[in-house]
Amino acid sequence: MGVEATAAASLQEVINWARKNSVWPVTFGLACCALEMMVASSSTYDIARFGAEVFRPSPRQADLMIVAGTVTRKMAPMLKRIYEQMPEPKWVIAYGACACSGGIFQTYNVVQGVDQIIPVDVYVPGCPPRPEGLLKGIITLQEKIAVEPAGQRNLVSLPWGNNG
Amino acid sequence: MTESRYMTINMGPQHPATHGVLRLLLELDGEIIVKAEPHIGYLHRGIEKLSESMTYPQALTLTDRLDYTSALSNNLAYCLAVEKLLDIKIPKRAQYLRVLMAELQRISAHLLWVATHALDLGAMTLLFYAFRERETITEILELATGARLTPSFIRIGGLASDIPDTFLPRVKAFVDDFPKRVDDYETLLTENIIWKKRTTNIASMSAEECIQYGITGPVLRASGISYDVRKAYPYSSYEDFDFEIPLGIHGDVYDRYLVRLKEMRQSNRIVQQAAEKLPNGPFAAVDAPLVVPPSKESVGRDIAALIRHFKIMEEGFRPPCGEVYASIESSKGELGFYLISDGTNKPFRMRIRPPSFINLAALPKMIVGQMVADVVAAIGSIDIVLGEIDR
Amino acid sequence: MAGNLLKETFPDAVQKIEDFRGETSVTVDAGKIREIMAFLKESEKLCYDLLLDLAGVDFNDCTPRFMIAYMLHSTKFNNKLRIKTTVAEGASLDTVSDIWLAANWMEREVFDMLGIIFNKHPNLIRILLTDDFVGHPLRKDFPVKGRDFDKPVQVCLEEEQ
Ligand code: SF4
Repeated sequence: MGVEATAAASLQEVINWARKNSVWPVTFGLACCALEMMVASSSTYDIARFGAEVFRPSPRQADLMIVAGTVTRKMAPMLKRIYEQMPEPKWVIAYGACACSGGIFQTYNVVQGVDQIIPVDVYVPGCPPRPEGLLKGIITLQEKIAVEPAGQRNLVSLPWGNNG
Repeated sequence: MTESRYMTINMGPQHPATHGVLRLLLELDGEIIVKAEPHIGYLHRGIEKLSESMTYPQALTLTDRLDYTSALSNNLAYCLAVEKLLDIKIPKRAQYLRVLMAELQRISAHLLWVATHALDLGAMTLLFYAFRERETITEILELATGARLTPSFIRIGGLASDIPDTFLPRVKAFVDDFPKRVDDYETLLTENIIWKKRTTNIASMSAEECIQYGITGPVLRASGISYDVRKAYPYSSYEDFDFEIPLGIHGDVYDRYLVRLKEMRQSNRIVQQAAEKLPNGPFAAVDAPLVVPPSKESVGRDIAALIRHFKIMEEGFRPPCGEVYASIESSKGELGFYLISDGTNKPFRMRIRPPSFINLAALPKMIVGQMVADVVAAIGSIDIVLGEIDR
Repeated sequence: MAGNLLKETFPDAVQKIEDFRGETSVTVDAGKIREIMAFLKESEKLCYDLLLDLAGVDFNDCTPRFMIAYMLHSTKFNNKLRIKTTVAEGASLDTVSDIWLAANWMEREVFDMLGIIFNKHPNLIRILLTDDFVGHPLRKDFPVKGRDFDKPVQVCLEEEQ
C-alpha cells in the first residue's frame, strides 16, 4: 500500500471513529416502542454512555433515525420526508416488530416494515424490545460504522444540498 | 382600520411536544390562536377491524397496544366486557390482584404524564425522578407478568398465573416509600412560580363544557364533577377499598396537575389496602372450564386437560349472542368496551371507547383565544396517548 | 324506567326494549332520533347529559344494514342507557352533534369507518384515514388486510413529482 492509501485509510478510520461515538438520534417515537426508547434515554439505561443521548427535535442536526413504533400509511410520507431532510451521513434503526415487519398488525393501514420506505441499517425485533435491545442496536450500529470503507458516504455534506 | 392577517402554522405530526403523532393546524393572529384543528389518524392500525378476525383470547393482546402507558388497565376493561358477556364470576383473590395491578399502572401512567408534561413546560429535573419510580413499578410488574410494557397478564376469567412470593414484599416497599416521592415532586412544582404562571388559568374548561364534550377522567374531575367509574359503577371489588376522588375547582391546567398528583396518592392507598387484604384462593375462575385453560401440571398429567387446553388456545370459546358495554376508569378517563357477540368464537364487533379521543376533541375549545405557547401546556394537560386515539 | 318513559312519550318511535346482563337498550326509529335525544337530555326525570359513546355496526346481510348505538350516562342519577337505531345502506341519519358537542368527532369516525352519512353535520370528513382512502374498513365486506396489502408501499413526496 502506498503512503497516500495508508493515509487515506487512517483518515477514514479517524472519521469513522468520530462518527460512531456521536450518533445523535432524531426523536421519532411513533407508538408503544417510543416509551421504551424514552426509558433507554433516561437514568437507568442511560444511552449517553454511547454518545447518543442528544435527541434532536430537528432532523437537520441528527445522524440517526430510530423508528420506534408502527408506521402507518398516513404517516409514511412524513417519515420519508424527515429521512430526506437528515443530512448525510445518516443511519436508521428499526426498533420493534412493527418497524421491522409490521408486527402483529397485518391490516389495511399499516406499512409492513419501514424498510419498504427507507433503507434500514439495524433491526431490533421485539414487541417492544427491552431498552437493552436499543443499546445493543446502537452498539451494533457503531460496529458497522467503524468498518465503513472510504467513499461509501460523503465526507462533507451541506444541509441545503440535494441529499440534505 | 388595520386589517389583521392570520398566519397558519403546522404543529406535528412529528413534534416532540405532541406526545406522539398528533398534528395541529393553528391559525394565529400574532401570538393569539384564532382557530385550531387537530388532525389525527397517523397511528391508525385498525385494531377494531383486526379484532373481528381473532378469537376472544387472542384479541386481548391487541388491547395492550391501545393505551400503552397502562396496558393492564386495558386488559382489565376488555376482560370485564367478555366476562360480562359470558356471565362468569371471578374469585376475590384475582379481583384484588387486578385492582392492585391496575392501580400500579395508573401510578406509572401518571408518573409518565407528570414527567413529560413538566419536560414540555421546561422543568426537566422531574423527568429523572419520575422515571426512577416508574422503572421501579415496571420492574415490579415485570416480576409478576414477565413483560415490561405489554404484559397481557389479566386474562379472561382471572389472571394468567399467580404472583410469585417476592412480589408482595416489593409492592409493600414501594408503597411505603412512594408518598415521600410525591412530596418530592410537589416541592419541585406545586409552589414553583414559573410552573404556576405557565399553568394557572390556562385552557380552562367549565363543568358544563366538559359534559358537553363528553370529557371524562382527571380533566373532568379538575372541573369539579365527581364522576369516576370506580365509584359510580364499581367493578372488580372497588367497593371494598377506601379511597377518595380528588376534585379541582377551576378546571385549568394547574388543577389537572393537582388532581393527578392527588390521584397518585389515592392509588397508592388502594394498592396498600389490596396488598394487605389480599385473600387466598384461586387466581382464576374455577367454574368456567371452557374459558379458563387448565393448569400446566394437569396438562402434563391428564389427556383430557391437554385437549381442553388445546381447544381453548386454538378455538377459544363461544359466548352467547348479545351485546354488552363494560367500562373502567383508566388513567385517562372512562375506557369502555362495547362488544357484540353473534355466538361464534370471534367478536362480531368490538368498539372501544377511547377516553383520549373524546377528550382531545375538546382541545380547540381549550386553546382558542390563548397564546401559542400555551398549546403545549393544554395538550399535556389532557394526557393523550395516540395509540388509543387512533386505534 | 327510562325505557318505559320513552315508550310513553314516543309510543310510535320506540320499537324494542331489551334487557341483557343488566343493561337496557332501547331501539328507536331513525327518523325521530333527534327529538328522542333532546328529550333524554333535557327531561328532568332522566337527565342523560353525558354522551359516552357512539358506535356504528355493520350487520352485513341484514336489512337495514347498519346499526348505530348511543351510550348515555346521567351524572345526576348515575345510570346508563343505550339507544339503538338502524340505518339502511345509502340512507342517512340526523346528526346529534349540536345536542352533544362530543358527537362531532364520533360521528366523523363512524362516517370514516362505515360510510354512514350524518345530515347537517358541521364537518363530515374523514378523521382517521387519509382523504384518498377508498372504502370503509369496518364494513364486513372490506378485507382486514386491505385491498393492496401485498404490494410494496410507494411513497412519493410532493417535491419529487
Ligand atoms: S412492536 Fe409492539 S410495542 Fe412496538 S410499536 Fe409495535 S405493537 Fe407497539
